[in-house]
Amino acid sequence: MHRYVLRRVAALAATLLFVSLLVFVVVRVLPGDPALIILGIEANPDSVARLRRELGLDRPVAVQYLQWIGRALRGDLGRSIQYDLPVSTLILSRLAVTLPLTLLAAGLMIAAAIPLGVFAATRHRRLGDYLTMTLSQLGVAVPGFWAGLLLILLFSVHLGWVQAGGFDGWGQGVWPALRSLLLPAAALGLFQFAVLARTTRSAVLEVLREEYVKTARAKGLAERRVLFRHALRNALIPIVTVAGVQLGQLLAGSIILESVFYLPGLGRLTLAAISARDLPVVQGVVLFVASMIVTVNAAVDILYGVLDPRIRYG
Amino acid sequence: MRRRPGRHVTFLIGLVITLGLLVTAAVSLVYTPRDPLEMSISGRLQGPSGAHPLGTDQFGRDLLSRVMRGAITSILVGVIAVGIGMMVGVAFGMISGYFGGWLDEVFMRLVDAIQGFPAILSALLLAAVFRPTLSISMVAIGVAFLPVFARLTRASFLEFRDRDFVVAARALGAGDGALIRRHILPNTIPPLIVQATISFPVAILAEAGLSYLGLGTQPPNPSWGLMLREAQAFLGLNPWYAIFPGGAIALTVLGLNLLGDGLRDLLDPKTAS
Repeated sequence: MHRYVLRRVAALAATLLFVSLLVFVVVRVLPGDPALIILGIEANPDSVARLRRELGLDRPVAVQYLQWIGRALRGDLGRSIQYDLPVSTLILSRLAVTLPLTLLAAGLMIAAAIPLGVFAATRHRRLGDYLTMTLSQLGVAVPGFWAGLLLILLFSVHLGWVQAGGFDGWGQGVWPALRSLLLPAAALGLFQFAVLARTTRSAVLEVLREEYVKTARAKGLAERRVLFRHALRNALIPIVTVAGVQLGQLLAGSIILESVFYLPGLGRLTLAAISARDLPVVQGVVLFVASMIVTVNAAVDILYGVLDPRIRYG
Repeated sequence: MRRRPGRHVTFLIGLVITLGLLVTAAVSLVYTPRDPLEMSISGRLQGPSGAHPLGTDQFGRDLLSRVMRGAITSILVGVIAVGIGMMVGVAFGMISGYFGGWLDEVFMRLVDAIQGFPAILSALLLAAVFRPTLSISMVAIGVAFLPVFARLTRASFLEFRDRDFVVAARALGAGDGALIRRHILPNTIPPLIVQATISFPVAILAEAGLSYLGLGTQPPNPSWGLMLREAQAFLGLNPWYAIFPGGAIALTVLGLNLLGDGLRDLLDPKTAS
């Protein structure tokens, strides 16, 4: 057990190393001269030389990488050119929007998808099942940002119930802040909800065919008890695995939804940084988000092994 | 009961929608009701009418013509992105699965790392370093597909590497190249094709999302995602502008998903009852 976890953690460390190498290669090696990207091709040669020294670009590439990764490990992701603030400070402040948005979307997704998936499984090949599957087909076909636009069209342009996006921060209280995240979270979670509902349905259907479910029914247990105590509990392993991987997808998806609803999160920070040629910010955010996704995926993997011995020794 | 393609409802609906998409794209190359780039100051942001069945955009351009032409962008990006992901992914998976050992370990950690870069994230980084273009979005989407193709290929190679017919070919003196090309690779193709049909609609969704953010297709070229980006500013003036391009994306993806589901159902002997 300990050896399994240790091995997976070592693999995660190697993976994170590759994540940082990929970012480094794209930013520092592929383009030739990052100083020219930031300053533009017509820049004064003196200022280019100064920026190259500041960024350490005059040193060998391997040394640059080791310095950069060494600082990143201590939480120093460089300084934003546009804001003249540490990139890590900017990320932390914007995370106050992106993280709640992602978690709210995940909560809505789980709360809707699991009951609906179980319902569809119990109505296998009947009307309820077909309706649920149709809904899930629509869910995976509608792009999240378009769903967001339609929600704005309906709730703010037509009905005038809510403002069309924006976020006043957590200072005004938790409820108003959550309310402005509700529509974006719903639009963000839609696609993953559809995927999770399907996963739940097929996982429960699979378990319902097992002998022990037949035994439980033969014993005369109430159907509800069979469903929740025997079927759902065993179906949870695949469901949790899929839901865990979806967390990373939701985090990435929040970048688009923040644009639809004008939310000041990581995505809008990065898009603004691209227009402002603020390379350290883009590099820092991408490194941070990619590392988060890889870490969540590895955590799910480890959890899966802990829950299911067949994986650990397989 | 044997399932026939002609009786399989999911497959049929998917086929009809997909054929509609392909025909629309092909027709738009030679004919659109109006020139998709022709502007008209007096006819801006109109709702649907006889002259403009889907209305017009903020420059008075005909939306039907632009939505039709947008199908080409979607198909093009989908095919090229899936192609990139498949080619590089298969190469990774081949090396990993055939040679095994530390090479396998290194390549699989690299694939795990690439999994940390969904299309949006790579597109943000590439757009910051180079400049947002259509080709950057294709590469970013392709990179996001790399892990799944690499894992599939690796699994097939692990399965076939030590089979008798491969061992026999090796004993007869076949080199690594010939073993991979002639004996193992052909066996990996069916699951790769299935995966490509799953990935194609996902690529179309990703292209729309990137273009919506301004990281993909650039104006004045018609792309469904880009149209939605521009439509957002005029939601109150012409809501149809935001509805039709999004509907085109959803319908296309729905059709491709249904076609893919139907195909898998018909081809996979395990699910056939």
